[in-house]
Order: sequence, then C-alpha cells, then structure tokens
Amino acid sequence: MANIEELKSFATQVRRDIVRQVHKVSSGHPGGSLGCTEFFVALYQEIMDHDPSFNMDGVNEDLFFLSNGHISPVFYSVLARSGYFPVEELGTFRMIDSRLQGHPTTHEGLPGIRIASGSLGQGMSVALGAAQAKKLNKDSKLVYTLHGDGELQEGQNWEAIMYAGAKGVDNIISTVDVNGQQIDGSTDTVLNMGDLKAKFEAFGWDVLEIAEGNDIEKVIEGLNEAKEHTGKGKPVCVLMTTVMGNGVDFMMHTHEWHGKAPNDEQLESALAQNPETLGDY
Amino acid sequence: MKKYTYTEKQDTRSGFGAGLAELGKTNDKVVALCADLTPSLKMADFIEANPERFFQTGIAEANMMGMAAGLTIGGYIPYTGTFANFSTGRVYDQIRQSIAYSGKNVKICASHAGLTLGEDGATHQILEDIGLMKMLPGMTVINPCDYNQTKAATIAIAEHEGPVYLRFGRPKVPIFTPADQKFEIGKAIMLNEGTDVTIIATGHLVWEAIKAGEALEEKGISAEIINIHTIKPLDEEAIIKSVKKTGCVVSAEEHNFLGGLGESVSRTLAEHFPAPQEFVATKDTFGESGTPEQLMEKYGLNAEAIVAASEKVIKRK
Repeated sequence: MANIEELKSFATQVRRDIVRQVHKVSSGHPGGSLGCTEFFVALYQEIMDHDPSFNMDGVNEDLFFLSNGHISPVFYSVLARSGYFPVEELGTFRMIDSRLQGHPTTHEGLPGIRIASGSLGQGMSVALGAAQAKKLNKDSKLVYTLHGDGELQEGQNWEAIMYAGAKGVDNIISTVDVNGQQIDGSTDTVLNMGDLKAKFEAFGWDVLEIAEGNDIEKVIEGLNEAKEHTGKGKPVCVLMTTVMGNGVDFMMHTHEWHGKAPNDEQLESALAQNPETLGDY
Repeated sequence: MKKYTYTEKQDTRSGFGAGLAELGKTNDKVVALCADLTPSLKMADFIEANPERFFQTGIAEANMMGMAAGLTIGGYIPYTGTFANFSTGRVYDQIRQSIAYSGKNVKICASHAGLTLGEDGATHQILEDIGLMKMLPGMTVINPCDYNQTKAATIAIAEHEGPVYLRFGRPKVPIFTPADQKFEIGKAIMLNEGTDVTIIATGHLVWEAIKAGEALEEKGISAEIINIHTIKPLDEEAIIKSVKKTGCVVSAEEHNFLGGLGESVSRTLAEHFPAPQEFVATKDTFGESGTPEQLMEKYGLNAEAIVAASEKVIKRK
C-alpha cells in the first residue's frame, strides 16, 4: 500500500487542480469534485489495476466509469496525474479545441475515458455491459462506477440496479457519493430517496458503507472490503458519505458550489488552504 | 423494363432473425440483447445456439442501450432488439450520449417500424424514427426492403465499425431481391432504368415502387426506380445522376415526410440539382389501428399513390 501521507498530499494537489481548472474558465463543478477527491485518488493510486497507456477495451484491467460526469475536474486531474495525459493539458479544461470537454467524452480521444457522461443516470448500464463483456472474455478484473446520490433520481439507474441484482453481476462495485446535495437544495427536500441501503438490498445488492468518504484511509479500507465481496453472486454497492466542497472551507456543506466557479479572491483562499505538493500544471 | 416477380412473401423481421442466427455461427464477437420481445424479433435461433451471448434485459430499454454500449468495451458487437418505437424515441438520449457521441459499435435493430405494425395503433407505429436517427452524427441508417435484403444487411453491418440503426417490419412482403445479393452500405440499387421520372423508395415501399413502375409503363411513362436501403450515408451520386436524366423525383417511404428519406433527397437536390419532388409519406400525422393494407391505402403509401405522385411531378417539370 502506498504511503498514506503521500496519497493525502496527492489529494491536496488534486484539490488545487480542481479549483484552478474551474476558476480559469469561470465554469464547471467544484463541489462534487472536491467531495470525491479522496475516492478518485484511492481508486487510481491504490485500488485499481489499470494501465495509463490506455486501451479502450481494457481487457485484464480494472475499469472505471464516471456516471455523474459533471465532476470532470477531479476525474481529469487524477487521470493526468496518474499518467494518462500531460498535466499541462488541465489548463485547457472547457476551452475551445480541448480534449477536456465540460463533461467527459470519448469523442476527442482523451485517454482514460471510455464513455461520455453528463446526461445523468446512464453510467451503471454501460458499466454492466462492460462487466458482462469481462465475463465473456474470462477476464477476472473488476468494473468500478461512481454515481451522485441525487443522480439516483434518474429512472434508468433502477433498471440497471434491478438487472444487476437479478442477473447476479458480481464483478461490479458501484459507489454512490452520498453528499446529500443537489442543484435545488438538499436531496431530502428536492426528492427524498429514503433508505438507499434498503433499496439496493431489496434489489439484490450487497451494500457496504464508507461513513467518512473524505478520509482516504477509510476510503481505501472500504473499497478493499468491497473487493472482497465481489465474485459472490451479488453486485456490490458502496454508499460513501462525503462532504460536498471538502477541503475548501467556504464551499463545504452546501449545494451552492455544485456548479459555480470561485472568483479571484476565493481562488486565492482555496489555494491557501491547499498548498502546492506535486507541482501546479 | 425489367420485370420483378416473387414466389414467396416473408416478413423482414424474419430476415433479421436469420441473419442474426448466421452471425451467431460465423462471428463470435456478436452478442444480442432484447427487452422482452424475442419472439417478435425472431431471435430464438440465435439465443438457442448462443445462450451465453444473449442478454435478456426485461422491459427496460434504456438499460439495454447502455449495456450494449458497455459490451463494445471488451470487443463485442452488440445487436439490440425491440420495436422501432422503443429502439429510438424511448431511448433517444441513451443512444445519443452512450452510443452515438461515445462512438460505440452498437447495432440498433428495430422491428415493427411504421404503419404496417397494424392493429396495435399509433402508440407503437413510429413514423419519426428515421429522422431521429439520421440526425445523430455518425449514425448509419438502413431500411431494407425484403427478407433477403434484411438478412444480408444484418450480416453486413457486423463488418461496419460504428453505430447502425437497422429498421424493418412486421408484415409479410414479397421476396424479390436475390438471396446472394451483396449488401453494400450506402450504395443505391438501380431496379429499373427510365427517363421520365425517378422514384426513390426505401423499405416496404420499394415493392410498391416496382408495381407503380409497371402501372406507369402501361400509361406510357418511363420510370427509373431506385432502392435506397441506406438513408444515411445517402448515395447522393446515384440520386443526382438519375434526376439529371429524368428531371423530377418521387420519394416513397413508410415514414413522416418531415425528417425522412424524402427530405434527405430534397437536401441533396437543393445543393446539387434542384428539381420538382413529390413525397409519398405520411404527412405530419400519427397512425391508427387497422390492417396494414388498409393503413397503407388510407395514408397514401402504396403503388397507386406513387403513380399519382409521379404523374403530378412530371407535370411540374
């Protein structure tokens, strides 16, 4: 296992990358990105067996699908810093002719991206197809996904959740970012989804929880435990509680920074809270 | 004028089923998915021979389209099967984002297209699907005319890298294309050469166009008849060449005139060789219950309608 301090310092740099990307173009989604920083760092630096030289089919590799594509800043930063493409390219986020589109896409050929996402609720279905392809290929590696909690309001998720449970797709680990926030307010006030654990279990999933999704040790521990639960006839769900905007004090515990960029002063404050570790792009 | 005859009628969906079954034997990368309509899509032979390569998704088309996109990651060639309505309108955003924009090699196979679905009525008779699908960048749109051509198209699209919409239907229609005719995506087929009017038809309307050509000949009118099985990419060269000769065109399709083959022909001619055109198509309307024959007559989608449109367009030259 990688040194925890090194991973924390990696995460700090990713948080800098997130706010800098979004600030430069005055658009993008910092809140959810910051909340999932530890998850992405854990996944790409510790959990997954993956190859940054990137091949679309990813046979004999673990695969990851981001369903809530709007948190592209964290995805791009971690992919770049894991060797998928030059970190300098983070400076082109959302700009004309960039491979780093507002929402992730295969269309511009950015290494590390296997499906377009942005229109919500589609990622799990795609991941299930990829998981079934792995079974056909006798490939024992796993498929990971990430979903927003608010995103689960999209009905297609429940088609996919029903399929995975009914058909025993047990080579998938789907993590839900439970931050309790969405654009119009808290998930409870916008459309209360009730007991997600009970819902997934009722659909035949094995459900684990990571109560502290912004503690990288806990995230690694939780995902490693989830791995142990694969291959036992049930899909695995991880309900991961995070704080939206984590690591930037004025962005935390609110939906206000779901899709809003910091101004110059706010950027300065955010960067001061997250000192440079691996070197800015 | 070449005479076309037939000894047997068969549904185009059975051509799809036969093509899929053959692919099951010849291409181990082909997988199939269905949302609870395997008998209607004639998928039984493939499923029986290749149970591990078949995915029953239940009545959940959105998930089926997403899964199909995912199955391409790992090298498979997924064929999805459901009615045309549920293959397009119901899942447009899934196709747009997860398949077309993502550039996935998915074959969307759609049965019961158009009015000839018959008695089930307008909820199931999609007349907008060609338009929806041809508007998606990178999507190939194919509407074969009989059993043999549908079988050949089903097999041919496996060799084409990229998303394809394959549209076919429910009624039994004459089999008149040769069983050994190679299916070339995007290549128009000249059925009869003529000089007075070009009739460009797709799908079930191709046989009607052939009958119309015979009726027109009896009236002393020489019709050139072209089978456009691929609406996108359109064989523009064949269309322009023919209309330069005849000076006018009738397009014929079992689809709304908004967004269909006819509009693709119009755009081509507007850009290269403007000419009078008449549209044999539904005119911005939903369908209704009835037998296929009754519906095709009521909505003006048969040989008689093509003859009338031809006579009208010739006068406009």
